[in-house]
Amino acid sequence: MKIFFSLVILLLFTGCNQNKEDKTVINFWAIGAEGEKVKLLIPEFEKLNPGIKVRVQQIPWTAAHEKLLTAYVGETLPDVFQIGNTWIPEFASLKTIEPLNNFIDNSNVIDSTNYFAGIWETNIIDSVVYGIPWYVDTRVLFYRKDILENAGYKEPPKTWEELYDLSKKIKALNPTNYSIFLPVNEWLPFILFGMQNGSSLLKNDNTYGNFSGKEFVEAIEYLNNFYREKLAPSDMQQVQNIYQAFEEGYFSMLITGPWNVTEMTNRLSSKMTGKWATAPLPSPNDSYPGFSLAGGASLVVNINSDKKESAWKLIEFLNQKETQITFYRLVSSLPSLKDTWEYEELKSNPHMKAFYAQLLNTKPTPKIPEWEQIVFAKIQNYAEVIASGKSGVKEASINLDSDVNKILEKRRWMLSR
Amino acid sequence: MKLMKKNNIAAFMFFVIPALVTLLTFFFLPVFAAFLLSFTDFDIYSLGDLSNLRFTGFANYLDLFEDPLFWKSLTNTFYFVFAGAPLSILVSLSAALLVNSKLIKWKSTFRVVYFLPVITTLVAVAIVWRYIYHPRFGLFNYFLSFLGLEGMDWLGNPVLAMPSIIILAIWKNFGYNMIIFIAGLQNIPSELYEAADIEGANWWQKFRDVTLPLLAPTTIFITIITMIGYFQLFAEPYIMTQGGPLNSTLSVVLYMYNEGFKWWNIGYATAIAFSLFIIIMTGTLIQLAIQRKLDR
Repeated sequence: MKIFFSLVILLLFTGCNQNKEDKTVINFWAIGAEGEKVKLLIPEFEKLNPGIKVRVQQIPWTAAHEKLLTAYVGETLPDVFQIGNTWIPEFASLKTIEPLNNFIDNSNVIDSTNYFAGIWETNIIDSVVYGIPWYVDTRVLFYRKDILENAGYKEPPKTWEELYDLSKKIKALNPTNYSIFLPVNEWLPFILFGMQNGSSLLKNDNTYGNFSGKEFVEAIEYLNNFYREKLAPSDMQQVQNIYQAFEEGYFSMLITGPWNVTEMTNRLSSKMTGKWATAPLPSPNDSYPGFSLAGGASLVVNINSDKKESAWKLIEFLNQKETQITFYRLVSSLPSLKDTWEYEELKSNPHMKAFYAQLLNTKPTPKIPEWEQIVFAKIQNYAEVIASGKSGVKEASINLDSDVNKILEKRRWMLSR
Repeated sequence: MKLMKKNNIAAFMFFVIPALVTLLTFFFLPVFAAFLLSFTDFDIYSLGDLSNLRFTGFANYLDLFEDPLFWKSLTNTFYFVFAGAPLSILVSLSAALLVNSKLIKWKSTFRVVYFLPVITTLVAVAIVWRYIYHPRFGLFNYFLSFLGLEGMDWLGNPVLAMPSIIILAIWKNFGYNMIIFIAGLQNIPSELYEAADIEGANWWQKFRDVTLPLLAPTTIFITIITMIGYFQLFAEPYIMTQGGPLNSTLSVVLYMYNEGFKWWNIGYATAIAFSLFIIIMTGTLIQLAIQRKLDR
């Protein structure tokens, strides 16, 4: 019986293949909500390119990284796929994604100047372009307008000094509440403020940690004031639900990404409408806005694919202004093309203005495969140690460096060969 | 032994070889390969190009000793095993005694009910329990509110998270051990109880002097099986807490998984795996030694 079924299935599969033999079939893996909605764009692409058929497979974010690596080991990667732009160094070092410089040079659709510079930069390793930004992501300041006004600030803070001063004034309004939420179980605040202060994070061609360097230590000491003076909660247990806490005024500011514009709109009660806003991040000096992270996802081509041309056509299609605005309407991921932001729905959305300004001021994190491990396994732990006061800033930063140096040992060895 | 003629051996091999080959290719070979890998620094770079692989001797194992996260995960795992396993065995034994009691009606129904969690997929159970533990909408906090108590953040509180996972694990597993205990109970000859009745023994004396000693082999078996299973704690924290909050539910296997498949440090991850293997083996040997002493 089993054999019979296998035969039937086999026949079905061969049947499928025969039907499509006259068309080039490209496999496309996309992640999360984008992966679900991008299917709606494909018919249009197939109409424009009658010789190409696209098979989209959606993978969830939580399993994406593992699945892609497993597929790489099993040599079953699709022709074209989406990856988080911080994964590019990893996949490039595996020599599994195609250098796109030639494709870009011959393309009349893709032009690096049409993209946000910081985001485009995340796709380049040693002047080789490996991916094309598909949608972008960065972090901005979300704040309570009403509370800031009560504290005497009509405008959101523009410098670190103002942020600190404002935080103290908010605390003075109601000492049981906090001013800003800087989660201690996340690497984000520490890396963000360090980067803003000009720390390179790593040094010597990204082979040693630079966390005990002056700029990073300064940034941590600045952050540490917020925890010490109870301007930011240092115990994660105190914040169960950030939306509720934000509404209650438990804290008045937080630094987060574009998805929370939608979440805030949906989760905050109606009386909060107009009481919160977004702004670009303050800066340690006069050059407002300060830098933020260059996040987002890129589209890459499998180096072993025999349908690279067709795959590239799909990337070009997804990187047209019209496609991107349709896509924004479907999933509200921020479009990577600057021109797309001139459409009414992005231009007229007050919460989106801050994101546009911030996207012009982003910086990529160090582009090495070990980076994710460094931030998730190390920075996160040290952030908690510092915020809870278990260890001094100087001491912790030296220990952090030695931990990071250990992770980077392999990289040093590889470069020395 | 006379039966073991030449053609018998051939027949014997014919039946055994498929199983042996499968075991060899899918179990012993990978285990051996993993053992070798634990002495290398196999990582993402080696995955792309094998010439980036270095033989590092015992470096992975030595690093483990200095790795605070490994010690944390080990402490958590021991906490889980030494708090969870005895409790689980106790619950299984009580359930077995109840279900086996002559006074209880609908015995087979109860057996099925208690056994249901065992055959339910762990992933599904963990997801459902995540709702049960939910700080705002969870069932537990709903019950607590009836008692006028403040709801707790079961999985979000570093002190409560591990006990919460232990409760789930006990609920999920006790049915399996219960079935084995029932089999053990039914193996006890009823004559012994009759004799005890004639002597005028009460319920507790019968339990202490007849049931418990005769259940000893079953108990040892269950203890070993439960211990081995509990040392491999993974799916519950993986699904419910991802090892958090503040690494309070990070188990050794979860740590191994993170190192191996998240950061792709396969060499280091295999060293963790073999360390855990040594720990489990030591635990099992100790228990077997205790059993031998008891037998004498």
